[in-house]
Amino acid sequence: MQQQEWIFIAIFFVIAPILPIMPIALPQLLRLAPRRANKAKLETYECGVETVGDAWVQFKVQYYLYALVFLIFDIELLFLFPWAVAYNQLPLFAFVVMVTFIAVLGVGLAYAWRKGALEWQ
Amino acid sequence: MVDSLVNLGWNRDVAFFVASLLGAVVLASFGLVWIIFAIWLERKLAGRIQDRIGPNRAGPYGLFQTFADLFKLITKEDITPAGADRHIYNIAPIMVVASIVLIFAVIPFSATWVGADLNIGVLYFIAVGSLATLAIMLAGWGSNNKYALLGAFRVIAALISYEVPMILSVAVPVLLAGTMSMQGIVHGQSIAYIFVAPVSAFIFFVSQLAEAGRSPFDLIEAESEIIAGYNIEYSGMKFGMFMASEFIHAFVISLLTVILFLGGWQFLGAGHPGSELFGFIVVMGKAMLVYFVVILIRSTTPRIRIDHMMAFNWKFLVPLALVNLIVVAFCARIFVPDYAAAQAVADGGGLGAFLAGMFGVGFIAELPRAALCLVANIGLWVVASRLLRQYSDQERDRVRQLIQERRDQRGQTAPAAAGR
Repeated sequence: MQQQEWIFIAIFFVIAPILPIMPIALPQLLRLAPRRANKAKLETYECGVETVGDAWVQFKVQYYLYALVFLIFDIELLFLFPWAVAYNQLPLFAFVVMVTFIAVLGVGLAYAWRKGALEWQ
Repeated sequence: MVDSLVNLGWNRDVAFFVASLLGAVVLASFGLVWIIFAIWLERKLAGRIQDRIGPNRAGPYGLFQTFADLFKLITKEDITPAGADRHIYNIAPIMVVASIVLIFAVIPFSATWVGADLNIGVLYFIAVGSLATLAIMLAGWGSNNKYALLGAFRVIAALISYEVPMILSVAVPVLLAGTMSMQGIVHGQSIAYIFVAPVSAFIFFVSQLAEAGRSPFDLIEAESEIIAGYNIEYSGMKFGMFMASEFIHAFVISLLTVILFLGGWQFLGAGHPGSELFGFIVVMGKAMLVYFVVILIRSTTPRIRIDHMMAFNWKFLVPLALVNLIVVAFCARIFVPDYAAAQAVADGGGLGAFLAGMFGVGFIAELPRAALCLVANIGLWVVASRLLRQYSDQERDRVRQLIQERRDQRGQTAPAAAGR
């Protein structure tokens, strides 16, 4: 049964990109839109003045500390789902275990908070 | 449908493939066609809320305004900036729409109308939903434009933050229903989960809003700071795809909220097999209601600052979601729904029979757990909102003091400057 569902998903993955490709490609194939490119038109927009330098430079990413916290959280949270699905059939001990697990996560969050990792500079 | 094709003498596998293909096309285009109406509705309502008339020229009540916009976009010149990375630049608008259309595959519109009832449907929509943000990142990087890149940075900051409370709040319906299939979660909602865990519903809705980049979290495309951000270099239909994806995303988050928290196609025990169309209407009706709230929020709230946005997430939503999960798990441990006992109560006559007849047997089975969770959730919300209020009062005092200090300083220096 599940195999059929996944075949449907596979078909959907093919259909879904075709839908947006059509309205983008059709006007160009049918020449509905004008094509009069010139040098000034193809310039990168920067408030009307001439573009200064490249956008592909090394740039300070302010949220890399958030990203580290996110990475840990996201991986740990995936462990919650098998537990949540089976929760009603599990003994009381499962609840205690998960509270401990979430508490460890919470301590990690508190540590990051205390260290100032959650402040936006 | 597969059976009717097999009866016509088709090979079973071929029949299944054709039926799936047709279903996929219908389901995927449904989202895109529906959005033509949704865009009109949003503009009209936003106009009315802001004391304007909104679109009223093309067709009755401006209904054809979206078509007019569409034809304009089609006849626009398609420009690829000379400095852009062509491949990434062109893939981004396709990917952004495709990733959101993909979510439609697991949304149950009625007891049987569902694209694919995956047993990990929840995981699927979380995974696929993040693709849209990746596409926006591609757009921002591929355009080779500084504003676009800044917009993309903001999108990533929003995604990596709001993904955490979103996943935490989705774990609650999964826990209550005991399954990750979307259809299973709807089946579990004899009592809609918004009445069982309103805090989760709130967290889910807010974090989805942030991920879709809707107001008040629309600083990823703040036109007054970074000139529409990631889609600045796009023109014609490629820009149109970004715009369409934004509206589809807004509708998809309403649909997901309906499925996970508002009971999906369940409406007072109706929408069972045999009334598919009714179930579909119920889902769409509820989704329109949530969508209306989204529009209301969009047209009335100002844009929030990025540091506020991050602080609200990491210092409020994430701890709240963690505590909420523990609270709900605890309450769900005390009362496990007992369907056999509920059946006995329903057979016993009186009030039990009345409730069972009205809302179904599941309602009685779920009732003790739901009531306890609701009380616990409301208590949690009272505590959380009080903490939030306290913090905001402190913050307001701090800012007021800061302003006063600045004013005093200026008062002291001004005469000296005049004397010189």
